[in-house]
Amino acid sequence: MLLFMAIVLPILLAIFIPLAYRSMKSIHTGWFVLLAPVLLFLFYLRFLSPVQQGEAQLARASWVPSLDFYFDIYIDGLSLLFSLLITGIGSLVVLYSIFYLDKTKENLGNFYVYLLMFMSAMLGVVQFDHTLALYFFWELTSISSFLLIAYWYKRDASRFGALKSMMITVSGGLMMLVGFLTLYVLTGTYSIRETIAQVDTIVDQPLFTVAVVLVLLGAFTKSAQFPFYIWLPDAMEAPTPVSAYLHSATMVKAGLYLVARFTPVFAYSEVWVWLVTGIGLLTLFWGSLFAVKQTDLKGILAFSTVSQLGLIMSLLGLGGFAYLVTGDAVETFTFATFAAIFHLFNHATFKGSLFMVAGIVDHETGTRDIRKLGGLMSLMPVTFTIAMIGSLSMAGLPPFNGFLSKEMFLDAVLGLLHADISTMTVAYLVPIVAWVASVFTFIYSIYFLWYTFMGSRKEEQLPKVPHEAPIGMLISPAILGSLVILVFFIPNVVGDWLVKPATAAIQSSSFASAADIEFYIKAWHGWTSPALWMTVGVVVVGFLLYKMLPKWQSIYSKWPERFTLNRGYDTLMDGSLNWNRALSDRFMTGSIRDYLVYMFAGMAILGITTLFTQGGFAISTEGLAPIRLFEIVLTIILVGSVMAILITWSRLTAVIALGGVGYTVALFYVIFKAPDLALTQLVIETISVALFLTAFYHLPKLDKHYKGKEDTSFRLGNFLISIAVGLTVTLIGISAYAQRQMTSISEYYKETVYTEAGGGNIVNVILVDYRGFDTLFEIGVLMIASIGIISMITLRLQKKKKGVTVDEIE
Amino acid sequence: MKSNDLILQTSTRVVFFIIFLFSIHIFFAGHYTPGGGFVGGLLMASAIVLLLLAYDFKTVKEVLPFNYLGMTAIGMLIALTTAAGSLVFNVPFFTHWYDYFDFPLLGKTSIHTAMFFDIGVYLVVVGITLTIIEMIGGDS
Repeated sequence: MLLFMAIVLPILLAIFIPLAYRSMKSIHTGWFVLLAPVLLFLFYLRFLSPVQQGEAQLARASWVPSLDFYFDIYIDGLSLLFSLLITGIGSLVVLYSIFYLDKTKENLGNFYVYLLMFMSAMLGVVQFDHTLALYFFWELTSISSFLLIAYWYKRDASRFGALKSMMITVSGGLMMLVGFLTLYVLTGTYSIRETIAQVDTIVDQPLFTVAVVLVLLGAFTKSAQFPFYIWLPDAMEAPTPVSAYLHSATMVKAGLYLVARFTPVFAYSEVWVWLVTGIGLLTLFWGSLFAVKQTDLKGILAFSTVSQLGLIMSLLGLGGFAYLVTGDAVETFTFATFAAIFHLFNHATFKGSLFMVAGIVDHETGTRDIRKLGGLMSLMPVTFTIAMIGSLSMAGLPPFNGFLSKEMFLDAVLGLLHADISTMTVAYLVPIVAWVASVFTFIYSIYFLWYTFMGSRKEEQLPKVPHEAPIGMLISPAILGSLVILVFFIPNVVGDWLVKPATAAIQSSSFASAADIEFYIKAWHGWTSPALWMTVGVVVVGFLLYKMLPKWQSIYSKWPERFTLNRGYDTLMDGSLNWNRALSDRFMTGSIRDYLVYMFAGMAILGITTLFTQGGFAISTEGLAPIRLFEIVLTIILVGSVMAILITWSRLTAVIALGGVGYTVALFYVIFKAPDLALTQLVIETISVALFLTAFYHLPKLDKHYKGKEDTSFRLGNFLISIAVGLTVTLIGISAYAQRQMTSISEYYKETVYTEAGGGNIVNVILVDYRGFDTLFEIGVLMIASIGIISMITLRLQKKKKGVTVDEIE
Repeated sequence: MKSNDLILQTSTRVVFFIIFLFSIHIFFAGHYTPGGGFVGGLLMASAIVLLLLAYDFKTVKEVLPFNYLGMTAIGMLIALTTAAGSLVFNVPFFTHWYDYFDFPLLGKTSIHTAMFFDIGVYLVVVGITLTIIEMIGGDS
């Protein structure tokens, strides 16, 4: 239970945030928010030791026990690592945001509500063992990300970026949902652990590959893999704490989590391993290549995040090969997974600190444009130090943690050459692409650092006079920066406590528990290590290319604008929007008469066709009561009133005649001994006549409305449709009477109404008890309808005030 | 809609209370004899509509200063909490409960959670009907 409470704690806290924001203006709302991630971080920290021992934490909540619907929370090494990242980085980001967002100018209530919502959602994604629950929280992260990107919603770019991220991640999420459902069809369970347990029976089925590809689409869109990465740079419109948190440390890693989580199932598919490795490498290369093109600080970081996510993705893909090979090669590939998790952790530390640095630079100078920045080193020495630690770690240099995981990455891709994989020729490409991407990674890291902090000062170009950031803003990046160095010196502490348990969860076929993993992270592998020489090569080539950067940076502009992915996205969006608008304009005329025609025609056509094609029509005269004079008289009155409505040209007469119809029907209820219905019908008739009379004022005169607008064919059409509707209802009524398949339920009601429901009037007990849901939803619908009426009328009144005439609105 | 019909106004003063009491009666009678929250609410609404016909919107608003949309919301809330209340006792959503009590004056009477749900329905029906009528008729 405590585990469930932990997930919902942030969202529960979010309820009180607007209150705190309004009533306690003098205290920055962030201080209250900080409680949640810090508490949760400490809470999850307690699980480190049991999880490392191999005791996964489990909690179960039943939803529909009769349908075997359980929601399990399952925290193994992988989930725990992510939970700690979410809460740990979350704490630092909230602390940072307290100083980044001004309490007097910003709408902090909204910001923190969204942030807390995200926190709950993300914890849900990584902890639930139920694919549908995972999907639910997955989309919730997309929605909170959308809201956070659009936080400064008055800017066009923010709204555009928010919509773009939403469109791409949610469409991927839908694919993933279909993938999950396909998996359910194959396995009969929504539980991920049970799916893993039955993996032998499903890998050979044709639908398996479909599920693989669909789930991967979800992971790729979320984790900004090629070609879906285009939303991430646009998401940089969000406030920097959000970019640091969602768009580098946590949310974009949900895709990695998904890939890692499903490795024990999907890695048996060759499609999966090659897709993950291939797309990962392509993204790594592409992202690093285009990072150098950017001139916005956060833009560089966004592309670098894309590239680093690609790196981790490809490592996870390589790790998947462990399920396909046997012998010594298994160790090589499990090592790739180990490296992936280690780099995932390292990336969170150095990229988090770099985003915070970019935020500080933006905050203190007023611009993020790298062309206007320069020489900030002497003005902001602390910020510079943190930036240096972060970028050099990103570049893969010692003594920073990025060096360790980059070496491991290079080792892992080289390992592919030694393994016996069927498609060997392709395998040679992998280390080459990895190396080239590393060169570009080196270049953009140095580019980020140098252009901002070194070189000549251009203070006249800056909107603000730059100075060092306040101490509060420096705490969070400083903590992350120290971690970057600390991890370099004690990598195996992180390895033993975090990375190994997570690796054991992914490579469950090779390792039963974290204790079985014998990898040891070393900074020095000796002169013969090929990875070391590759790193040396990266530094040398990278440095040379960086020096020549001004000469070749212009080649980026050679790529024609027409063929960029962003342009493709825009065309697709605009195109589908126009197409849909053209389509819906055809039938959404805005006239309620047309809509009624669609509905009634549809009803009549469907009803009659089904009745006759399915052989549903039947007549039976058995057990009919004789028709009495009273009923004949009532029917004549009824038909007479209906005819009066049709012929009259006065709306008032029509209203009164309609009332007559209603009262006559009520009389029918009386003679058929249904007092409840009769009573209700009488009151309803009274009120609706009153309603018609109040609305009467506003309606145009009948004859004026008829002139010119309606020709004979229009009236003939309406006539036919009305006849058809009447016929359908009558035929269905007759057929329903003629073929009763079951005994009437009234007997059941008669038996139980007093003994079980404690009432005497069946009709009312049906309303409030037997079919209470219906009533509940009905009053809900009524309420929605009345709100609709209110908004329509107030809108009309407002337009009237503005001087628009009524005719124009109609 | 300023109306000045003396006969209508005088009789409305009496009839209104009769309908009002009848609506309350019908509401409580609902569980054993014809009636219930829905009809009761409609009757109440029709009583107020009668007032509106006899007097004008302004007078009625002064006599009955209700926020009908708020009334709808409160009714919906009552209905939902009654339905959800069963969850607290660890039984499925919407499980009703009843028992018989001896009250002074009233004698042996049943208390049924369905009645609270019905109160919600009653309020929603009154609230919505009058919101719509006020909206359409009141702002012209």
